[in-house]
Amino acid sequence: MKRFDYIRAASASEAIAASAHPNSVYLAGGTNMLDLMKIGVARPDRVIDISRIEGLSEITWQDDGGVRIGALVRNADLAYDGRFARTFPSVAEALLSGASAQVRNAASVGGNLMQHTRCAYFHDPASACNRRVAGSGCDAREGENRLHAVLGWSEHCIATHPSDFCVPLVAFDANVEVEGPHGSRDIKLWEFYSLPGSTPDHVTALQPGELIVAVKIPAASAAFAPNARYLKLRERTSFAFAVVSCAAALQIDGGMIQSARIALGGVAARPWRCQGAEAALIGVEPGREAFEKAASLALADAHPSGDNAFKIELARRIMVRALTLAMEGTPETMPALPASPFPSESGARHVA
Amino acid sequence: MSLSISTIINGEPRSIAIDDPRVSLLDLLRERLDLTGTKKGCDRGQCGACTVLVDGRRVNACLTLAVSVDGAEVTTIEGLARGDLLHPVQAAFIEHDGFQCGYCTPGQIMSAIGLIQENHAGSDPERIRELMSGNICRCGAYQGITEAVLEAREAMSEKNRSDAA
Amino acid sequence: MSPESISPILQQGRHGSNAGQPLTRRDGVLKVTGRATYAADNHPRGMLYAVTAVSTIARGRVTSLDVAAAKAHPGVVEVITPANRPPLSHNPAEKMPPFGFRVEVLQDDTVRYVNQPIALVVAETLEAATEGAALLNPRYETAPARTGRDNGDRYAPPAIGVGSPPRTAYGDIEAGMASATRVTTAEYSTPAQYHNAMEPHAVVAEWDGDRVTLDMPNQALALSAGAYAKYFGIPPENVLIRSPFLGGGFGSKAILNGPQILGILAARMLQRPVKLALTRAQMYGPVGHRGATWQTLRIGTEDDGRITALHHHSLSATSSFDDFIEPAANSSLPLYASPALLAEHEGLRLDTGTPGPMRAPGEASGSAALEVAIDEAAQACGMDPLAFRLANYAETEPGTNKPFSSKALRECYDQGASRFGWSTRPLEPRQMRDENGLLVGWGMGTAVFHCPHFPAEARATLRADGTALVETGGADMGQGAWTALAQIAAEALGLDPDQVELHSGISNLPDGGIAGGSGHTASAGLALHNAGEDAIAQLSELATSDEASPLYGAGNVGVVARHGRLHRRDDETRSESYADILARARRREIVGTAKANRSPDVAEGHALLSHGAVFAEVKVDPDLGQMRVSRLVGAFAAGRVINPRLVQSQYFGGMIWGISFALQEEAITDRRTGRIMNADLAEYHVPVNADVPSLEAILVPEQDDIVNVLGVKGVGEIGVTGTVGAIANAVWHATGVRVRRFPIKIEDLL
Repeated sequence: MKRFDYIRAASASEAIAASAHPNSVYLAGGTNMLDLMKIGVARPDRVIDISRIEGLSEITWQDDGGVRIGALVRNADLAYDGRFARTFPSVAEALLSGASAQVRNAASVGGNLMQHTRCAYFHDPASACNRRVAGSGCDAREGENRLHAVLGWSEHCIATHPSDFCVPLVAFDANVEVEGPHGSRDIKLWEFYSLPGSTPDHVTALQPGELIVAVKIPAASAAFAPNARYLKLRERTSFAFAVVSCAAALQIDGGMIQSARIALGGVAARPWRCQGAEAALIGVEPGREAFEKAASLALADAHPSGDNAFKIELARRIMVRALTLAMEGTPETMPALPASPFPSESGARHVA
Repeated sequence: MSLSISTIINGEPRSIAIDDPRVSLLDLLRERLDLTGTKKGCDRGQCGACTVLVDGRRVNACLTLAVSVDGAEVTTIEGLARGDLLHPVQAAFIEHDGFQCGYCTPGQIMSAIGLIQENHAGSDPERIRELMSGNICRCGAYQGITEAVLEAREAMSEKNRSDAA
Repeated sequence: MSPESISPILQQGRHGSNAGQPLTRRDGVLKVTGRATYAADNHPRGMLYAVTAVSTIARGRVTSLDVAAAKAHPGVVEVITPANRPPLSHNPAEKMPPFGFRVEVLQDDTVRYVNQPIALVVAETLEAATEGAALLNPRYETAPARTGRDNGDRYAPPAIGVGSPPRTAYGDIEAGMASATRVTTAEYSTPAQYHNAMEPHAVVAEWDGDRVTLDMPNQALALSAGAYAKYFGIPPENVLIRSPFLGGGFGSKAILNGPQILGILAARMLQRPVKLALTRAQMYGPVGHRGATWQTLRIGTEDDGRITALHHHSLSATSSFDDFIEPAANSSLPLYASPALLAEHEGLRLDTGTPGPMRAPGEASGSAALEVAIDEAAQACGMDPLAFRLANYAETEPGTNKPFSSKALRECYDQGASRFGWSTRPLEPRQMRDENGLLVGWGMGTAVFHCPHFPAEARATLRADGTALVETGGADMGQGAWTALAQIAAEALGLDPDQVELHSGISNLPDGGIAGGSGHTASAGLALHNAGEDAIAQLSELATSDEASPLYGAGNVGVVARHGRLHRRDDETRSESYADILARARRREIVGTAKANRSPDVAEGHALLSHGAVFAEVKVDPDLGQMRVSRLVGAFAAGRVINPRLVQSQYFGGMIWGISFALQEEAITDRRTGRIMNADLAEYHVPVNADVPSLEAILVPEQDDIVNVLGVKGVGEIGVTGTVGAIANAVWHATGVRVRRFPIKIEDLL
């Protein structure tokens, strides 16, 4: 790890001022940033520890029923917050399907938004990666790309966004509240992440020095609580990133879908909101036929970026399943295996 | 640059000068404080061997900068037993053969204690398995680990009940 | 932690007292309190840290290293490259038999695989050494990497595994195929896998003149001490290896590797103790792996399911510069009766680190393919897979017709099938669903593993107070040797295990042989048993020739040792304690010594094998392809069980490795560069706790009076065999999709 200056910021403004120094990074939980520093992908000269900043660790309910989540709220604390889990159960489920209990205890909400792709070529400083070093090329394009993007990718980058949390957040119109040298602003999470295009190194809409201070979910999204799920396919039962995932939420009234929220994870450089599919479900009777139609619509523009054509079909199927589970209703208690297609095997006990 | 941190490690207040901000909590414990019970398996938060409690929460010590535990309380595997008295989780791991090589064991035990305190698993073995999945055991002692957590949780809540009575 | 929530150590006291009893681990308290010391826990005064810089190319040479930049980093003490690396006394390009491979110790600038050491940076702190290595900024002259099946050079290996012949044939294979009603042919592939013991390879080396002390995890102490002595030009007795605990080995800590030698070299060069621990990523190269295989099986069968010919061919990958050919095809030799058998191997040279033995080398990969092929043959015959296996049950070793020293495989089939509920299994696939609509499949596989013996020596000392010290240079990498070996010694000495102190895990003791091949308990255990008997024989000579002893004159009828006393065999009321016998003889101790070898008659006259049967239930989401092994039942017969608690754990561990092999593990190599793109524990998947909902292991009784006097076979590896095939067959039974490439992936089932 490169030597760096360590600065502990007492306030957001102090942090932002400190970040004027070139090659600075913010450090909160550290679960992604420290890892990237260890493997040489991030080599900052200055690390600004924002974890002690006052006032960023609260979950605040707005009068209208929306919620403002401080950027330093730990993933586990948010997922296990009773009111939050009742109001946004699929967001809690997504959080609990990510990483491990230890990582969730340390990782912050803001850090979750800022985590980098799992693309192995991004993680390997010896490989060419336009996202890591602008203009260096993309070794993933002709490389081992079984798990890479099928939507929104470009010849310059085929990486996917790894977050589970952000998938339902995007579906629920979450906003990112940032503070920067020029004041504060809100950014729609959907627009927070850039598609790679010809500038894959531009990962987010953050301007230099800008710091995430909160994530906000609007009140309207709380109406989906009775019918909201997050589903995630993995290569082992737990502690693995998504092959593909889907957040699906429905408002059903009088046997008809009034409103739908759908986003896919693991398929693109950003959590992929499927507004066309959402629109196709409005006023329709919920069921397999409608869900399959919506899923086909959502994946209509998908193309394999490599050995990953299966992900397109898988994304279709997981969307149908997630919508079906959402229709069946949010479980009364968090599933033992959050976001897993497997119900619990609780009965199985060891017999010597 | 040298930074000084104040921390309580296994109940003992310590003031520690850290001459290099790159030092992780894991390397602080292992290489500078001679608390080598906490193990390094991957150094990247991917195996759980370095799990310790920071202010009562289980975290990966490898992904924690030493300087960031300033003011915090750290509990490691060395801080559990009192003389010859084992913590119930430690005793249950022995009884259920919840380890083989023993290398992941300190992390498993600290994680199990964190899990029991978090109290999100109850006595459901499936929830225990899920919430212990951040601790890889390559020897494959998982069944014993799950049994040990179940038994230790029971023993600890009985103890609490009898203490309350 | 509050002191109230603490239970007394003594309350969890161990069960039982002797061989055959389920004692808890003797090292349990040390391991649960963090007091068990692994190599990298050592920290001698003045110690430096060494970190290797490793290659990012698979083939070529290093043309430049920025040594100045590394040296300029504060704390860096030295940078060792081929330009300044001190000489070694053994040519690293020469193998060191029996298990020594060629190693890369900066002998030149050649790069032969990814993650090969290309320099060593030594510094005052770990942080400085790590960054120093990062600053070397190597430049290369790169040659095209040979990766994958079609880019490597094929060759006929002179030997496979550790010196076995590459081709074994019995009967006329083509005649057998010609006489078959049908021939089932298929190809199976298994990927490169990495041991990934939780403890990374490490060494703390400290020199004192021409003597060196090495704290390192080691599965073969005497062999390694001899090898290090040759590398450093010193007598073997000048090398002291301390390996009281290994954080897993699985074969990767039995062989010498470049980085550890470099760490030792740095300590001598700088005249200060040096610690070197590999990073997780650095373990994907210089410390061995399970080589990839491409296996073809042809099975000829009659209408009644009997096999007429079994042909198993394995193309096994190795490195460009050394040979370890996974002896996969030999898995087809000892199991199913067939008048014609052919096992043959071809080598494939790739730009990779040299493979090596990894838990069940040969058997794991070979059994995976064989057990699926057998399932396919059964399917082709329209037979239940268990009935098919029973129709081909071998009463003597196929090919050789040697008798088995013991074989309770039929009982394993019976008990495993019964416990699992196999008899209700529908023959056709895709017939079962659970209450949630998930596809359910049941599959089985036969487990088999050979029983090697490694020459071993031991010493048993009866002490004046009636207790004993037993010594052998063995290794406990988690299998429970410290407990099982003490139980064996205690039994031989007629003592309770608590009265027996075991010294092991250090190289200055009698050679305990190798902890490998599932043969350590049998080998080192036999040496301890013999040493114990020698000590008791000497003690009984003292007693029976002493007129003052109640045992005087019992030399002919003999005595038995029990509970610390010798008893007359024909009159057990006449006895005397060890302490009394020694005291009257004015002896402070009696030292028994022994060697343990296998007699050639036993080895040549018999087939020596452990057996088992594994039954798997797999659930598969019919739309999404997500799989979970919901139930595994294994029934194993491996001779006498010294400690059922530990043996069960060994079976469980092996079965979990089977889950891993079948569904998870695979090193993903970039086909252009040879770089391993998942050299970590996040993307190189091994099972987590949630992957293992239900395991059962049945310890099937088996008496073996031939394999050795202990009747012990071996249990460390057999659990992997059979399990892989059982799971793959269960996936087929659930879905109707036959996947022949491991690991089975989601997309295989869409």
